Formats: sequence, C-alpha cells, structure tokens
Amino acid sequence: MHAGPHVVLRARGLGKRYGGVAALAGVDLELRAGEVHAIVGENGAGKSTLLRILGGVHAPDAGTLELAEGADGPVPVELGGVRAALGAGIALVHQELNLAENLDVAGAIFLGREPARLGVMDRARMRREAAEWMRLVGLDASPDAECGALPIAQRQLVEVARALACQARVLVLDEPTSSLSERETVRLLGILRDLRATGVAIAFVSHHLDEVIDVADRVTVLRDGRTVAHAARGTFDRPALERWMVGRDVARRGARRTREDAPVRLRAHGVRGAHRGGHAVTLEVRAGEVVGIAGLVGAGRTELLEAIAGVAHRGGTVELDGEPLRGDTVRRVRRGVCLVPEDRARNGLLPADAVSTNVSLAWVGRGGARIDRAGERGMVTRVIDRLRVRPADPARRVHSLSGGNQQKTVLGRWTAIEPRVLLLDEPTRGVDVGARAEIHDEVRRLADAGTAVLFASSELEEVLLLADRVVVMHEGRIAGELTAGEATEESIMHLATGGTHAGSRGATA
Amino acid sequence: MSALRKNAGILCVLVAVCAAAAIFGDNFLTGYNLTNLTQRSALFGILALGAGLVIATGGIDLSIGSVVCLAGIATPWLLVERGWSPWTAVPTVLAGCAGIGLAHGLLVTRLRLQPFLVTLCGLLLYRGIARWMTGDQSQGFQGEFGALRDVALARFDVPGLAGYRLPATVIPLAMLAVAMAFALHRTVWGRWLLATGRNEAAARYSGVPTARLVTLAYVACSTLAGFGGMLFIFDIGSAQPSDFGNFYELYAIAAAVLGGCSLRGGEVSVTGILLGAATLQVLRTAIILVGLSSQLEFAVIGAVLLVGVAADELVRRWAERRRNRAARGG
Repeated sequence: MHAGPHVVLRARGLGKRYGGVAALAGVDLELRAGEVHAIVGENGAGKSTLLRILGGVHAPDAGTLELAEGADGPVPVELGGVRAALGAGIALVHQELNLAENLDVAGAIFLGREPARLGVMDRARMRREAAEWMRLVGLDASPDAECGALPIAQRQLVEVARALACQARVLVLDEPTSSLSERETVRLLGILRDLRATGVAIAFVSHHLDEVIDVADRVTVLRDGRTVAHAARGTFDRPALERWMVGRDVARRGARRTREDAPVRLRAHGVRGAHRGGHAVTLEVRAGEVVGIAGLVGAGRTELLEAIAGVAHRGGTVELDGEPLRGDTVRRVRRGVCLVPEDRARNGLLPADAVSTNVSLAWVGRGGARIDRAGERGMVTRVIDRLRVRPADPARRVHSLSGGNQQKTVLGRWTAIEPRVLLLDEPTRGVDVGARAEIHDEVRRLADAGTAVLFASSELEEVLLLADRVVVMHEGRIAGELTAGEATEESIMHLATGGTHAGSRGATA
Repeated sequence: MSALRKNAGILCVLVAVCAAAAIFGDNFLTGYNLTNLTQRSALFGILALGAGLVIATGGIDLSIGSVVCLAGIATPWLLVERGWSPWTAVPTVLAGCAGIGLAHGLLVTRLRLQPFLVTLCGLLLYRGIARWMTGDQSQGFQGEFGALRDVALARFDVPGLAGYRLPATVIPLAMLAVAMAFALHRTVWGRWLLATGRNEAAARYSGVPTARLVTLAYVACSTLAGFGGMLFIFDIGSAQPSDFGNFYELYAIAAAVLGGCSLRGGEVSVTGILLGAATLQVLRTAIILVGLSSQLEFAVIGAVLLVGVAADELVRRWAERRRNRAARGG
C-alpha cells in the first residue's frame, strides 16, 4: 500500500453533462503527495469542468472520486459543495482571483477562520502566522498590506498561502500564469516546485507547454472530455503533448484559392486592443480572402477584432481600401466593417425582439429616416432563406431559437448590408454541426462576393476548414502565419503554445 | 390588434376605476368633472410621454417635477417681473429645458453616471434654482397674458355631450403622441432607440449611435417637462416655487410604467402611457369622490405603482423560464 508515492486523490471515469452536451466523458486523474501535476488540453477539452468538480462547485454525473484518509489509501468521497471540498483538503485557486480586495493579506489568508480569543480577533497571532505562510510561498510583502493594492502575481501567492493555511492536501491552480509576466511566471513555477517538499499534491492547468515541460512531474492530457494520456517526466516532450492534445483526423477542404492578385481591403498597422499585453499587431486581408486567427484563450484574438471593429481601439491605424478607418462602431459599420461578436447574447442579439428586428437593425440605417417596411420584409425573408434560419418565421422571438439559428440571425444582420470587411469572433461557438456548415457556407459566399473576412476561432478544426490563411496569436502578438497548405493542427498548436516561428515554417514540429 | 392586446390590462384598470368612481361616488359623470379630468390627464400625459422615452432607453428621469417647476415659475417671472415678450420668454424657457436634458444625457452617456443619480441631483438643483431666482415668492400672470394662457385654458364644445367641454391642451397632447408613436415605430431613430433600450451593447456593436439616442431621449423628456410646466402654470395662473410640480415626476414615471413601459428599457407604448396617465388622474379624483381621505392619495398611487413593477418582474421571470424551457427542449 505504501510502496511508491502516496496517492492523495484519485478520480476514475468522471463524467459531466451540461444540458445535452457532454463536457466530461471519462476522465481519470491521479495526484500524488509532493508532485506537481500538469493538466493540459485544447480549449473545450474539459479542464475547467474537471477543476470545478475537484473544487466541489459541480458534482460529477458519473465516475468516482477518492481521497486519501491520513496514511491510508484513498477512499471514495462525495464533495457536496465548495466548503466540503475545502474541508476535505482540496483548495482551488481560480484564474480570476477572488480575494476580498479590501482585506489585508493576513485577513485574506485567515478569512473565515480568524484566530480569536473570547470572540475578539487575535490580530497579533494572525499576523505572526500569516507571515510564516507568506514566507513559505515566497510572498515578499507586509501582512498588513491591502490585497487590492498588490500586483496580480502577489495576490496569487496570497491565494496559495490561504490554501496552504487551510491545511490543503491538494492544491489546484487554474492557469496560474495566464496573467503573469515572464519573470513572475518563472518565480511562481519555482515556488510550486519548492512546495513539493511540504507533501502537498499540486495540480495546475496551463496553456503554456514550455511551463509544463519545465515543472511538471507528471502530465494528464485531456481531449474532448476524456483522458487521452498520462505521462511521467522524461516520457513526454512538446511534440508528444501537441499530438495528444490535438490527435484526431480533421476533414480537410480541397484546394484553396490564394488571393494574391486581389487588392488589400483591410490593413491593420500596429493596432492595439484592450489586451493586457498591449502588443501592436499588423496584418492584411485581401478582398475575397478568409483569414483565420488561431490561438489559445487569452491570446488577444477578441481584442484584435474589437480594435478593428472600433469597439475598443487603443492605438495603431486601420485602413479600409487604402483609406484610414477611424471612429467608433457607428462610423465603421457605416463603412461596412462589421463584427459578429464572441458573446452573441450580450453583444449581438436583442433576444426579446423578433428575428426581423434583429436582422434589419443595421439595414434600416442604410435607407431614409422612415423605415421602408415593405423593403424590410422582403430583405428579411431573403436573409432567412439564404441562411436557412429555422423556423423561417420573421416574427419569431430570437430567444426561442436554437444557438445556431441565433448565430445565423446575428450573421444575417451583416449579410443584409453586404459588408466590405466581416469580422467574426468564434463564429460557431455553441452551434450544432448542421448550422455550422451553413454559417461557413455563408461566410464563403460573402467572401466570394468580395468581402474580406477575418475570423477568430478556438477550434482548430474550424480554422483549418474555413481559412485561406491562418494567423496564429500568442500572448497578444502574432506568433506566425501559415498558408492553408502549411496549416495543420500540429503546426498551429506549436505556434499557439509559444513555439518558435522557425519550427512552424517547415510544416510540423 | 396587438396594440389593443398589449394595452388591454391598463385599459381594464382604467375602466374599472372609472366604473367604481361612477358607482360609489357622486358627481363623477358630470361634464365639469370629466372636463377637469381630461385637462389633468392631458397635462400629465405630456410629462409621461417624455418619461416614457427615457424609460425606453433603460434610464429614468427624476427631475421632471423640478423642471416643471422651473419652467412654470420662470415663464411668469420673465413675463411679469422682467417684462419680456412672450415671443422671447417662451422659446428661452423651452431652450433652457432642452439644455437641462442635454446636460443629463451627456452626463449619462459620456461620463457614464447612473441616470438615477444624475436626475436626482437635477431634482434638487432645479427646484433650488427656481426658489432662489424668485426669492421663493409666488409667481403669477396677475390677470394678464390671457391670450397666451388660452393655450391651456380654452375649451371647445363637443356636440352631443352636454356640459362636457374639450380642453385645448388635448391638441398639443395628440400631436405629440402621434409624432412620438410615428417616430418610435416607423423611423430608424425609433427602432434604434428601442434597440438601445433592449440591449445597449448589441446596438452599439451593430453601429447604432446609442449615446446620441440616449442623449436625445433626455433632451426630449426635459423639453416636454418644460412645455408641460408652462401649460400647468397657464392653467392655474400662479404657483409657489416651493411646492409647484412636487412629485410630478412620480406621476409621469408611474403613468409610463402602468402603460407598459418596462423599466428595463426597450418597451414603450404611447397609447399605454396616455391610458396610464389618465388612470392615475381618475384614481386621484376617485379617492376624493368615493369619500376616502385625500391624505391616502400617495398611498394608493404607491400601491398601484408597486403592483405594476411587481407584475413587470413576474412577467419577465415567467418569460425567462419559458425561454429556458424552450432552449432545453430545442
């Protein structure tokens, strides 16, 4: 029983469905005392769901979760909530830090478990003990410092200290380095490595394969809600991880046109969006060209599209057919630069209104002050036909449509005004396979009519299916560019996870 | 048809309140009372139309009563105390009110302050200015400017209705209501204003000039409040800066909400607003005619408004549940 490393947590066959979608469909995970364990996978592979289950936020629909009891082997547990998970010794450090910003560091570390004497908080003891935990995690700050005033890297360490102070046996970090600078990242990884000596099992999710290779003792790879590989240090390298993460055959489209003779329709030069890195991005899209932006969550794709669309523009120049493009969305939409936003419910739809109102929202601005109602009806009918919105009822309220038909409604708004530049952010997120093909067809049709299309997608399959050319982003920069011929899941993933450009040019790494 | 269905609720309430007042109170169905009711409904209807526009954007205007006061006090003050001609005084007051609305709109859209706060400050500010400007003295026309006051005081005989005389204020109300209904439902600006109220972000992403539309709604609201304030003072002849127009914003907002305007924005019915304004005025009269203490007036209106808001919330939740069920089903 005690031979080999001590298993602290063991998950077998975890499954979880949201509505009709299986987020997890058989995940196995084993965390051992004193190890750093990396959990990797593409966007949507199920990492977040797994973490939520470990943290007690959600209960799994299938599978078992076992936790070690003292020195004995793992026994099955059910985590009936976040507090239960904490009580069982599993502490989750979220990607979005949820520290009470107005508390001082000592107060945050002991929040909810303040040492007290006769009901009066024992501040001196709190400060003393907090200082010890802080030393353990290498947090160089005063226990009296206000959390809100600390840089993100230090706030993260406060969370780690808090987790350890809770006597956590399993520490789970969700993308702990996603908001850190390179130096802070190196420091945090060093601290995680040192924490192994305390006997805590440390699991972390990361999109940065270099970090994983750097610190992980063992790796679990998820794909499509399943565990596809377990590997110990020395038995995995970057190509292996990339292959496991991607590892499926993708239906490739046939030969693709290059549009080198077409005029440049959209030119973004040194554009900065709201991305925290604030890097300047330069790219061109020709008339009739479909360019895909690949990259992991947080790579700056949305920010780039929103900067070009005029939603959040923080510098640089955008040119449309050689003329500078300025101002907010009002002026840019008038010139035919249109964005299908990532979050259609929040930024795209008028959910309580009819399909026709949604589709004609921009179209009505093209006519006179008085709405041409007959023209509107005809246009809406044509758009519904062309995009196959189902049910084909212009009066139907949008919130009663399926995700795919809602997305067609948002796209139809731009179809109606024949855009010169069409920007799409996750064009088929939450859309079923059939609707997805129809949306792709419409994007193609618009491109064939001369629209310059720039889209961002987290799904490599979609990027490979739709794009004539692929731009890969990593941490706010363009990491590389691939022609349709060069682009493969491996070559994109290589660039997206911080691989060097040179390696990608020779097709696969 | 759909307009009738949408306003069926408030129409039933209005008919019920009228019936109750006619059955349990004396003198409800007299020409004199009905003429008065029409006059008051028309005046408050003008305020409520403005309130409805702002509510349609998802905002609120609490300063309506104080703008009524400022405009209503400033008009006789300029004419009598300052000796201005009506041709300069009236446009000046209206322009001033439009300026107030512009300030509200810019504070809401550019500085992104909450409409509630901006107009709450306005409520205090304009009342204070009106009292200070006039030395807190009652302002009136002192028997002059009869031709001007006839805008509000003129009455027309209606053939076949003995004793009932149609107030002239119905004319501007009807014109404003028709113009607003046309603008809201037939023009691009109206379509976009409602879209802004429904989902500001989605409208902005679609190239709708949301900031300009919201600002315009505040300008229209304050201008209508100023116009209404003038008609009120033409009607009553003189008023005290300290209490003239007190709580009128609440009658206006209550009328709009009762008339089907969702405080969440994006929904407005001109017919509903007019019915709502009339309902509140009938309620006020009915309280007295039925013999309840007039001190209960605010309590009754408060209760009616509360029920309206609660109904709005319940309907929304019900629609959401249905939406979720539909989403799960499909």
